[in-house]
Amino acid sequence: MTTYILRRLLLSIPVIIGILFATFALARLIPSDPCRAMLGEKATDDVCDQFLERHGLNKPIPVQFAVYMGEIFKGDFGNSFRFSMPVTEILSQRLPITIELSLAALSISLLVGIPLGIISAVRHNSWVDVLTMLWANIGVSMPVFWLGLMLAYFFSLTLKGTPFQLPPSGRLSPGLIPDPFFEVWNMTLTEGTTIYIIAEFISRMNILNSILSGDWKVFKDAVQHMVLPAVALSTIPMALIARMSRSSMLEVLGQDYIRTARAKGLKQRTVVIRHALRNALLPIVTVVGLSLGGLLGGAVLTETVFNLAGVGRILYEAITARDYGIVQAFTVVIAVFFVALNLIVDISYAYLDPRIRLN
Amino acid sequence: MTTITLPETSAIDGMKNQPLTPGQLMWRRFRKHKAALFALGGMIVLLLYIWLGGLVFSRGICAPTGEFLTAEAYANCNDTAQKLQPPSREHPFGTDTIGRDILARTIYGGQISLTIGIFAVIVEVVVGVLVGAVAGYFGGWIDDLLMRVTEAMLIIPSLFLLIVLSKAIGGSVPEIQFLGRAFSGSVVVIIFVIGFTSWMYLARIVRANVLSLKEMDYISASRALGVSDARIIFKHLLPNTIAPIIVSSTLGVANAITSEAYVSFLGLGVQTPTASWGNMLDSAVKYLQTAPWLWLFPGLMIMLTVLCINFIGDGLRDALDPRSTRNV
Repeated sequence: MTTYILRRLLLSIPVIIGILFATFALARLIPSDPCRAMLGEKATDDVCDQFLERHGLNKPIPVQFAVYMGEIFKGDFGNSFRFSMPVTEILSQRLPITIELSLAALSISLLVGIPLGIISAVRHNSWVDVLTMLWANIGVSMPVFWLGLMLAYFFSLTLKGTPFQLPPSGRLSPGLIPDPFFEVWNMTLTEGTTIYIIAEFISRMNILNSILSGDWKVFKDAVQHMVLPAVALSTIPMALIARMSRSSMLEVLGQDYIRTARAKGLKQRTVVIRHALRNALLPIVTVVGLSLGGLLGGAVLTETVFNLAGVGRILYEAITARDYGIVQAFTVVIAVFFVALNLIVDISYAYLDPRIRLN
Repeated sequence: MTTITLPETSAIDGMKNQPLTPGQLMWRRFRKHKAALFALGGMIVLLLYIWLGGLVFSRGICAPTGEFLTAEAYANCNDTAQKLQPPSREHPFGTDTIGRDILARTIYGGQISLTIGIFAVIVEVVVGVLVGAVAGYFGGWIDDLLMRVTEAMLIIPSLFLLIVLSKAIGGSVPEIQFLGRAFSGSVVVIIFVIGFTSWMYLARIVRANVLSLKEMDYISASRALGVSDARIIFKHLLPNTIAPIIVSSTLGVANAITSEAYVSFLGLGVQTPTASWGNMLDSAVKYLQTAPWLWLFPGLMIMLTVLCINFIGDGLRDALDPRSTRNV
């Protein structure tokens, strides 16, 4: 198992370097110069030369790439043109929001999608099955942002005044300021240390932070704000997962060893969960891995609809404003995240199916 | 999944008289998929709506000029005095932010959205089939190189690729004339951008098929006869892998329509005055509460179309490619 993981790790290095290069090239592909995009169309050539000089953009492209690679390995992504602050700073402010949203959406899609798929497979062709599949097809056919708009309209306007009313935008109600959990715990952390940075990063995930600090008022409010975007974002992966779980379970349930297990007199529950599910999991894991890509793309749209200041939103703005620093940093983070994710998917294959490990 | 169905009596009768053509066999299997049949009906209605609907619903007096306009000119007529009107007898779907009739725009927007869907898939199929067939047939370092590129493109979320590419090549293509109407350059850009960001799955499917087919005896025989590589690929290998190509390109049309909606929603897609279902939604967030008709109808059209195409794709998969699994 260890050799397998090590080999996979080594194989992902060229992929990451390739993505770094592609990111660098793509950011430069966007036409028109960053100077005029930042300082306005009327910026004089003199001002622009200074601007390019300051950001190292007047050097030849290969030199820029070398400088950029060197800085990335030091963990420095440079400054954002637009915000005049280190990109890592922006990253640490925005990333928690997107991570929280994606995790919430992923949990919903797994917790609802897999059981629905299993039930439809076990009760093949029953009304549960028909309804689930119809709903799964509708789910993948809806544009994420349109579902978001419908949810926002329904839960914030149609249900206004009822206990089911939910806020259509933002992360917390105005006036509510959560205390970071490390301050509640009276931890003495020095600003700038690694532990402080990590603690601050975690404290920016409102739901997690409010659980850690025991602030139930903030918790309730944060959850209420999270429900709609998370549900909107979870729909497509949920539908895909439900469909895959169903077809994969159907295939496994038709096999001889399942009949044997039933003939031995095992309970339905044991047969389905212990015998069938484990063998059906492999394709499900693949779909989960694949739908995470869509989750991140969907986050851009969801964050736009629900007015959340996450990574997706700022990446979109940075692309429009040609803020190279942010575009590169975020793409690198996303790429590394996906390479890591593929690694996890591969490792869980090996864990689930010993045959893969041995090859 | 190993249910054995005995042939119906009619099938036996059919065999007695005449063998069924592959087309008849396909239709017979397709018919069994009730949802697909229903979706096919729905799709025909939708196509009629966007094809002929303009003759019925898109005509009226454009107040600012006082002219009587028909077809797309009416859909693009902006009467700011009439802006943001809720649905009424005169404008059954209401009017948008600058007073254009939303019903007429869903018709002409539908033409654009479907055109984008179909042509983007043509680009997707050309790229995907070429990459997949070349990688699978030649193998070795060509295969390695092409598949690594494919994987790298799969890793980057496609929406980011869409945004970057439409930003990079957007706005540089002039208007073109096609099928009797003018398409703004942004439509052409979007077609290529969507096509170039969605071929990866198809390439993998084609490659897998070619890999298994090229070991067959008839391919060895062709090679022994001195048939050229190009002829083997196009005449012998690809026709035998046509089923998954048809299925995944049908589903590809649905994906392309949604992708267009995403890019246009972010303001980077089809540029006004040309309507598309996607760009009709781009100011929706601002009018979420005050003008729900603005985003309800175009979104509904997207959903219904994509839903129908997805069901038809599922039915085609059952009919053409019974061995394949879904979602791969």
